[in-house]
Amino acid sequence: MTAMTKKNKSLDIWKVVSLVVLVSYLLFLIWPLLKLFIQAFFKQGQFTLEQFANFFNQRYYVKSITNSLKVSSLATLLTLVIGIPLAYFYQMYEIRGKGLLQVIIILCSMSAPFIGAYSWIMLLGRSGVITNFIKELTGFVIPDIYGFNGILLVLALQLFPLVFLYVSGALKNIDNSLLEASENMGCTGVKRFLTLIIPLIMPTIIAATLMVFMRAFADFGTPLLIGEGYQTFPVVIYNAYFSETGADRNFGAAVSIIAIVITAVIFLIQRYVNSKFTFTMNAMNSIERKPLTGIKALFINFYCWFVVGLAFLPQVYVIYTSFLKTSGKLFVPGYSLESYRLAFRNLRRAIPNTFSIGLTALIIVIILAIIIAYLVVRRSNFVNRIIDTLSMIPYIIPGSVVGIALVMAFSKKPIVLTGTVAIMVIALVIRRIPYTIRSSVATLQQIPLSIEEAALSLGASKMKAFFGITVPMMANGILSGAIMSWVTIITELSTAIILYNLKTVTLTLAVYTYVSRGNYGIAAAYATILTLTTIISLLLYMFIAKTDEVSF
Amino acid sequence: MSVNIRINHAVKRYGDNTIITDLSLNIREGEFFTLLGPSGCGKTTLLRMIAGFNSIEGGDFYFNDTRINDMDPAKRNIGMVFQNYAIFPNMTVEKNVAYGLKNRKLPKEEIRETTDHFLKLMKIEEYRARMPERLSGGQQQRVALARALAITPNVLLMDEPLSNLDAKLRVEMRTVIKEIQNRIGITTVYVTHDQEEAMAVSDRIAVMNLGDIQQIGTPKVLYQRPANLFVATFIGRTNIIDANLKVEAGKALLVLPSGYTVEMANILEEYRYSQKVKVSIRPEELVVDINYRDGIKAVIDDAVFLGLNTHYFVHTENGDKIEIIQESKIDSIIEKGTEIYLHIKEEKINIFDENGQYNLVEGVVNDLDLYTGD
Ligand SMILES: Nc1ncnc2c1ncn2[C@@H]1O[C@H](COP(=O)(O)OP(=O)(O)OP(=O)(O)O)[C@@H](O)[C@H]1O
Ligand SMILES: [Mg+2]
Repeated sequence: MTAMTKKNKSLDIWKVVSLVVLVSYLLFLIWPLLKLFIQAFFKQGQFTLEQFANFFNQRYYVKSITNSLKVSSLATLLTLVIGIPLAYFYQMYEIRGKGLLQVIIILCSMSAPFIGAYSWIMLLGRSGVITNFIKELTGFVIPDIYGFNGILLVLALQLFPLVFLYVSGALKNIDNSLLEASENMGCTGVKRFLTLIIPLIMPTIIAATLMVFMRAFADFGTPLLIGEGYQTFPVVIYNAYFSETGADRNFGAAVSIIAIVITAVIFLIQRYVNSKFTFTMNAMNSIERKPLTGIKALFINFYCWFVVGLAFLPQVYVIYTSFLKTSGKLFVPGYSLESYRLAFRNLRRAIPNTFSIGLTALIIVIILAIIIAYLVVRRSNFVNRIIDTLSMIPYIIPGSVVGIALVMAFSKKPIVLTGTVAIMVIALVIRRIPYTIRSSVATLQQIPLSIEEAALSLGASKMKAFFGITVPMMANGILSGAIMSWVTIITELSTAIILYNLKTVTLTLAVYTYVSRGNYGIAAAYATILTLTTIISLLLYMFIAKTDEVSF
Repeated sequence: MSVNIRINHAVKRYGDNTIITDLSLNIREGEFFTLLGPSGCGKTTLLRMIAGFNSIEGGDFYFNDTRINDMDPAKRNIGMVFQNYAIFPNMTVEKNVAYGLKNRKLPKEEIRETTDHFLKLMKIEEYRARMPERLSGGQQQRVALARALAITPNVLLMDEPLSNLDAKLRVEMRTVIKEIQNRIGITTVYVTHDQEEAMAVSDRIAVMNLGDIQQIGTPKVLYQRPANLFVATFIGRTNIIDANLKVEAGKALLVLPSGYTVEMANILEEYRYSQKVKVSIRPEELVVDINYRDGIKAVIDDAVFLGLNTHYFVHTENGDKIEIIQESKIDSIIEKGTEIYLHIKEEKINIFDENGQYNLVEGVVNDLDLYTGD
């Protein structure tokens, strides 16, 4: 009898948990999206497609979509052209300082894109150091970095490290015997690269392509800073929302809906292609790196360090400028810590906010992800399958749309959250949680159920079995995932920029604020702190996960 | 304390799919009881119903007189050994073994003593401080067994515990398991689809097919007097031959291919009528003869010398393929292509009705009939 009541009680706990999770999703995700929908399709209670007509009737708006597609495709192509050979060289040959090279590449992949953008402005902009240097030296004025070219440059350099990480992971899974076999058959060098290796890693290349494209398409900070006249879609969303004219709440909502549709389409293509192209490889003997000699050594080492150096340059330069003396907004000769002093004085809250908001969001993300993974994997039922589906939705909602939807839902009674820390945390949780859930689910699926059952048969309760045995087994995966989440959380811009105010400003927002005011010194100080936080997190990750592999 | 397990009219459904329709079973106190059957027949399903990890859609499960249907798995006091060992990878060998004892909140001293005892018993004392990933498969299985036994369970459940081990270790570990079970005298339910393993360890075996038990009995009974054609073919190797049973003047005559006729003295009274039958003749129940022109006529396809025995593969006039095992003789092996005649050892063979549903021969014991669950 006691056994029965006990069982019912433990069942109820998980049911309650399911319901709480479900209600949270309905409240913080579905309700805002519903609001967005209503705003987009209804005006004064009347169904209307007026907003959409407005959008598609104006060349300016439609152009922003084609602009975005154009610049993202080209940037993606460039990342492949740069990233694939880099990964190939890295895995096939002994590159000098390859450990450091890889750490730098990972670091580049984790930095906030708009920091790259503003650094390139300082380097190659109208009065950039390199621009001025070349002008003085040769009298030649190098082409304008603003607009299409600038976005392309920044995105390509920002995103090729991702291609590198994907592709070098796949190359590692190619069995050396495959290469030796092809060598026996007289196929080596470039020919082998094109006819054997590229087909083998095709699934990964496609996955990387779509991933990069998605990121490039959704990137908001870069075009905002460096795009100038070249309007991209994420910027249009932002402007539509913030524009002064009154009726534009509805228009902003409509634009958001269009954005969701576009990302949903890309997402579906991605899933379809992924499902078509998966075959698994597992190398018994990984490829052995060959030593390099002669002109080949020179060329390959140069290539690797050059492209990586180029990608890393903006970050180094930002750190450098943070120590420059400033006078007002201008850099003057000499060094000082003045920028840091101002940074600490002006937006004093930025640093503690970054940690408090970021860590709160992170903890919620981790706990929720573990619980949801458990519900989905181990307690599949109707409610939990709904939760599973809901948890995927944020994949297809662009960052700024999350922000807009939250504002629409929570700026009026009954629940007013705008301007609070809470809404920032909620937004970050929503944005990051699908990734963490997917990785937790994958980890949990690999842990056989029998381990938990063994614990049950040895007298442990269900809670104890899960939290005492299974969660510790997931710990490594969770922890390394958490650090990646942390980095993405602190560099998040597109949602936060819609939700923040002076009280809830974070480092990323502080950088943005000062860059947009043209106050590069203080911005650099903030950016340096952000970069240092990222570096420390990365080192922590490599130490804990005992790996130099990174996944997002 | 060991228990007797009774299952009355168990039903198991997954959605609309009924896996077990009506199954009753009585497992005696202290016996080594094996569920044997082809893949997918429901062995694991039944075992997990006993363990409490599967829901029960109908029927009653008893440990002695306690109905356990709704009892929490943690309260059933069962020891369980899993196919993949399910050792907690984040704990040392010693902590694994002590885990169940700690859950019972026993005094520290007692936990240590019991743990030591079972580490010694399973001969894994020297690995006590090791993490499981650094153990071999056989050692891991010993840890799993020690862990399951340490809580002095009423019942020990094992689901294919040896299937992840290599052939040699399998034989070694099954001796270990049998020996420990004997010593502790705990009621044990063992699942396997390896009939040789089942024969080697079990007191009694239940042969299952498609969610039904076909026969329950000792290994000897199952081998020598299978209750139906399925059991005959599943346990050991056998040749199935179509034949006719003729009853003439009170005598039952079995007419085999080539007109070879044998009188059967052990046909049950109620089946003594003329009918088509299926005959199960094990390879060692055939005798090869090259001299007499009497018997089933056959031609040798292949002969394999295996030391103690020689296996012959032959085909009959009507194309049936038959396997024969003969003790190896000192003179030469019969050449391929040789025409031979086969005799049977009629007291050993089994004869089934045309559909293979029941055995016509006397001496079949099926414990299934002893317990109906009512
Ligand atoms: N969770 C489940 N949901 C639906 N059907 C299931 C589930 N588990 C088992 N089955 C089905 O029940 C039947 C019996 O499965 P079970 O695992 O008991 O077989 P088994 O006898 O243990 O086989 P094996 O020797 O391969 O382990 C199979 O047809 C299987 O497909
Ligand atoms: Mg099974």
